Amino acid sequence: MISAPDVVAFTKEDEYEEEPYNEPALPEEYSVPLFPFASQGANPWSKLSGAKFSRDFILISEFSEQVGPQPLLTIPNDTKVFGTFDLNYFSLRIMSVDYQASFVGHPPGSAYPKLNFVEDSKVVLGDSKEGAFAYVHHLTLYDLEARGFVRPFCMAYISADQHKIMQQFQELSSEFSKASECLKTGNRKAFAGELEKKLKDLDYTRTVLHTETEIQKKANDKGFYSSQAIEKANELASVEKSIIEHQDLLKQIRSYPHRKLKGSDLCPGEGLTQDQADRASTTSNPDESASTDLYTCRPTYTPKLIKAKSTKCFDKKLKTLEELCDTEYFTQTLAQLSHIEHMFRGDLCYLLTSQIDRALLKQQHITNFLFEDFVEVDDRMLEKQESIPTKPSQDRLPSRSLEECPIPKVLISVGSYKSSVESVLIKMEQELGDEEEVQVTELSSFDPQENLDYLDMDMKGSISSGESIEVLGTEKSAFVLPMSDSQASLTVPLSPQVVRSKAVSHRTISEDSIEVLSTCPSEALIPDDFKASYPSAINEESYADDNEEAIHFQASISPPELGEAEEGSLENTQSQVDSCCIGKESEGQLVSLPAPAHALSDEDRVVSIPPQRHRQKDQGFHGDFSVENPSSQDNNCEGFPAYEVDPSHMLANRDVSKTSLDNYSDTSHMSSVASTSSDRIPSTHPAGLSSERHKKRAGQNALKFIRQYPFAHPAIYSLLSGRTLVVLGEDEAIVRKLVTALSIFVPNYGCYAKPVKHWASSPLHIMDFQKWKLIGLQRVASPAGAGTLHTLSRYSRYTSILDLDNKTLRCPLYRGALVPRLADHRTQIKRGSTYYLHVQSVLAQLCSKAFLYTFCHHLHLPSHDKEAMQLLASRQASFLRLTLGLVNEDVRVVQYLAELLKLHYMQEAPGTSHPVLRCDYVPSFLYKI
Amino acid sequence: MLRWLIGGGREPQGLAEKSPLQTIGEEQTQNPYTELLVLKAHHDIVRFLVQLDDYRFASAGDDGIVVVWNAETGEQLLELNGHTQKITAIITFTSLESCEEKNQLILTASADKTVVVWDSNSGRQVRRLSCFHSTVKCLTVLQRLDVWLTGGNDLCVWNQKSDLLCKTNHLSDTGITALVEIPKNCVVAAVGKELVIFRLVEPTEGSLEWDILEVKRLLDHQDNILSLVNVNDVSFVTGSHVGELIIWDALDWSVQAYERNFWDPSSQLDAQQEIKLCQKSNDISIHHFTCDEENVFAAVGRGLYVYNLQMKRVIACQKTAHDSNVLHIAKLPNRQLISCSEDGSVRIWELREKQQLAAEPVPTGFFNMWGFGRVNKQASQPVKKQPESATLCSLEFIGDLIGHSSSVEMFLYFEDHGLVTCSADHLIILWKNGERESGLRSLKLFQKLEENGDLYLAV
Repeated sequence: MISAPDVVAFTKEDEYEEEPYNEPALPEEYSVPLFPFASQGANPWSKLSGAKFSRDFILISEFSEQVGPQPLLTIPNDTKVFGTFDLNYFSLRIMSVDYQASFVGHPPGSAYPKLNFVEDSKVVLGDSKEGAFAYVHHLTLYDLEARGFVRPFCMAYISADQHKIMQQFQELSSEFSKASECLKTGNRKAFAGELEKKLKDLDYTRTVLHTETEIQKKANDKGFYSSQAIEKANELASVEKSIIEHQDLLKQIRSYPHRKLKGSDLCPGEGLTQDQADRASTTSNPDESASTDLYTCRPTYTPKLIKAKSTKCFDKKLKTLEELCDTEYFTQTLAQLSHIEHMFRGDLCYLLTSQIDRALLKQQHITNFLFEDFVEVDDRMLEKQESIPTKPSQDRLPSRSLEECPIPKVLISVGSYKSSVESVLIKMEQELGDEEEVQVTELSSFDPQENLDYLDMDMKGSISSGESIEVLGTEKSAFVLPMSDSQASLTVPLSPQVVRSKAVSHRTISEDSIEVLSTCPSEALIPDDFKASYPSAINEESYADDNEEAIHFQASISPPELGEAEEGSLENTQSQVDSCCIGKESEGQLVSLPAPAHALSDEDRVVSIPPQRHRQKDQGFHGDFSVENPSSQDNNCEGFPAYEVDPSHMLANRDVSKTSLDNYSDTSHMSSVASTSSDRIPSTHPAGLSSERHKKRAGQNALKFIRQYPFAHPAIYSLLSGRTLVVLGEDEAIVRKLVTALSIFVPNYGCYAKPVKHWASSPLHIMDFQKWKLIGLQRVASPAGAGTLHTLSRYSRYTSILDLDNKTLRCPLYRGALVPRLADHRTQIKRGSTYYLHVQSVLAQLCSKAFLYTFCHHLHLPSHDKEAMQLLASRQASFLRLTLGLVNEDVRVVQYLAELLKLHYMQEAPGTSHPVLRCDYVPSFLYKI
Repeated sequence: MLRWLIGGGREPQGLAEKSPLQTIGEEQTQNPYTELLVLKAHHDIVRFLVQLDDYRFASAGDDGIVVVWNAETGEQLLELNGHTQKITAIITFTSLESCEEKNQLILTASADKTVVVWDSNSGRQVRRLSCFHSTVKCLTVLQRLDVWLTGGNDLCVWNQKSDLLCKTNHLSDTGITALVEIPKNCVVAAVGKELVIFRLVEPTEGSLEWDILEVKRLLDHQDNILSLVNVNDVSFVTGSHVGELIIWDALDWSVQAYERNFWDPSSQLDAQQEIKLCQKSNDISIHHFTCDEENVFAAVGRGLYVYNLQMKRVIACQKTAHDSNVLHIAKLPNRQLISCSEDGSVRIWELREKQQLAAEPVPTGFFNMWGFGRVNKQASQPVKKQPESATLCSLEFIGDLIGHSSSVEMFLYFEDHGLVTCSADHLIILWKNGERESGLRSLKLFQKLEENGDLYLAV
């Protein structure tokens, strides 16, 4: 919903009415105000310029019992990222909105201290003064020496874009939950180890004390006990008590996984991740997996004499985060966090587009493998992960990158910050449905009305103090804000401006005042009158019925509708045949636009319900929507904005990508490229990362090739129709460059690497033509080179030969209409990435044609037994020509793709079937410039 | 603007100037083999292919291993390891005793002087025979008698259970090179220049022993006999190194027909230099025969000849069908002839009967073959003309299969699955009819869709 004031802010409509129209020069008032940050050299797409930090980052803070809230570390660990942003101040902010229940050491009525198994809480808050918005994930870690054995921590994703946080809440939440689970599992392990050590100490102390009392008993046989003896006996008793306490604690911490699993009926997602985390811990250390107990402590520990009284004092140094957590898990957590940072990097609209993109791609899972870059592979991995929960974080964090992962140095600035715990009063009881046992006491005292009073009071307090905190939402609250955006997106597809204008309007409203958009544990807790009393923010938003509507919409989008869209685009192709301008081609895209819009609304709907991954799954395809697909996320958010911001980025990475391509050409694609991403924080899926870079370069070079060579069309036709193209040249770099460029036209056999060999120097063999569809071949002047050329001419029927040195091409004739559209040398497209997208869209259309052709029953099966094969063949031909609108050689392209589709569909396990070398006995022609 | 030249298509072959080798452009509309699958398992020359059943075949070669393949999918089913040296002969043997499961056995002979009997289903070694004094060079099965024979320097007869029944004396050091069964419990063996007829004596009431007797030696060939094939029930054919083709009566072992005019001395007298160049004795050695009811097809040197049994003369020929010696030929049911050669190519020919047209170019007659036929000088029209007859046949070149980089040793034709070739480049290639395969894949696709329940009827 775009409200009127939003528009006013930009166009100044009211003044426009008064002024005469025919002024020679446009008065100052008419002009749309310039982008306020343009002077700083920032582009208008970057919203970060308002904030004090240059890009999004993750902050881990702790509420230290000694010094109050303090920042511990940031990811990326680079001072340039957060710049002048006051981390201490912001730590205070984010730690102050923890709605966690208070941490009870000794609950009343219980003899022993109880551990609190608290759920993480997830809050979105904004600080308009700082221009920072954050998703804050609170968690508690156990520390034997801490007050109540718990240490509150939080991880915050800080961005200048409020909408990014709000709309990506679901994803952020699930990703951070993973990190949190990982950290907590590691912490429990460490805590259990610590407890065992402590128990050993206590045990040892007890024996020592025991012998001492015995000695004293023997020493004085006067019949009464000396004060010393009584003291010893007391000490012994307290040691005994302490032992029981600690044993109880140990039992509690060990029973944690079971407890969690029991509760998993209510919160299956959490249960699953917990389960996964546990498995991760068992599978990651093979030596441990043997022992049934997860938390066995190293046997090498030598016990020491300790004091029975626990030390709860402020004079000693608290454990650092690293010390609190098992090292392996800690590293893993950091890797996960840097993965999150990668994942959400970039502009919101980019993130959303890529999400929609992926969702749509997922619907075409049958044809995806042909031209898309390994999305399918990741999806499969994902599916596997979900069905068989195996070490979640390790699957997406190859050990290699773990090794390389530099542990960010911990920023502890003890003392530099004065604690202001008491001044911030925002505090809320959390709804704790899934933790009956532990939290009974709190639940009993839980009263909604009282709760609201709390809230009210807190807000007043804050307003009076002139703080500028905005709590935008918590995990349990219904997500109202994004709903409105989703409504907008149904009519105006994904315009970033719309989103932005909303942001602006919000910020104006919230000027220097606290704005609690939604803090309630559940919507039901807010009485209607309460809502009305805060009209500024809340009333503007839509409520649960919109929510319903979104679901309704979602239900109506189903394969038939998509099919229509596809057919629509097919029809369009007819009209687009001669044009190669991007504008016209978008017609085809427009037809299918409702689908993205739906997807988006769905996306928001997903956000608006409490994060429970399992429930989403039941709802058809969109269950898979909230992808945690690391590599593709990585791809998408990594690439585009980085390019926008820093055009020289690509140049700098040229040699890197070159080496990556080198490896890429060989069979093990995934592992080989890992080495290339060392220039940045080790990414979780380096393959995807480099392929994003690779796309841009490839698009650029392909464009160059098309402009430079008039015979680009038959060359591309060769690739599309499965005829191996050999690029022959002396200079390796040039050949490699062109091969990389042309590889975007090569259809894949399956989910593995493209059949492209970037550089070969030995004579080719028939096997090579079966395996590779695009080969860069070294031209050698020596007699050995003659052999190479001889084999080339011998196998000429299987190949098209592009001679870079003589600028000739030998290949079959092409007279179709498809390739001219794909590769128009007069195209207006200038940028590599744009061209790449253009190619992808044309190829996607082509794929859908191939899909239709492959899966039309009547085309391939005789309608009755006696039907002649010729009739079938003519039916196929007429379908290809008339229905799909293919001319001449285009038919062969679709036929080839159809064969690949068939092979792929029938393939049981990827990679098992042999690729078949197909050839057509058609004459070749020699093209020259 | 686009400037392009239409090139001549195919570059001339290296030997094209020297010999009138017929070439075909890249446009081969009648060539059905548009799909190929390269199978790699061997580490040395693959020399033998043998069909096991409708969809399986076995390959063997100089690396001593036998591989069983699925001809439909190209899947490697079994690898049989047991020989230490190259395999010299391979044959299949359906054992009759265990009829219920139709146990197909593979017999392999190797240069390590052993013969191994394999179970083709399990890959198990059923029996290993190592009592030979020489390499067994040929194997034959007499299905009727339920025995099999090994031919090396002597001839041994074995029964179903691989027990030695009887053997001959040492025949010669060169050993038996070919062995075929002929009627009346006889076998004919090619030993050097000689053909030796042996008769197997089955056990009777009088003697319980099997026996093998040498019945006759036929000395009509002037050079080593390279090929020996049964034509039909009453005749067999032999070919020698110097191009003698003799058709024998299988019952009385008399010569039915004799052709040794592939190498006609008269042609040597001809002044044509280019003819002399290719008339080395190697060029007329007869490597392989294949037969149908009417004709015997002979691979003679680099050429192909069709000998009509009724007319007792050559009715069609391609003198230089390949660049190099033709190693194996086979007649397909659809009047097609396939040949493979040391030059690494496989060529497909079609035997066509043609009415002689008056407009046909006048034969130059420089090369008078067999005194009754003349061949056209233009290799592109290699028509063997018969003035006496109104009909004449020609071998039309309809396509070639290029894939192997070295000599193609043998091939095997499957009615349903296409052609399998094996080569000295260690590879086996499965050639398939692309259109047919595409149709089959579609069928499978819809089958799978149906199985998965993804097939919906259009409303």
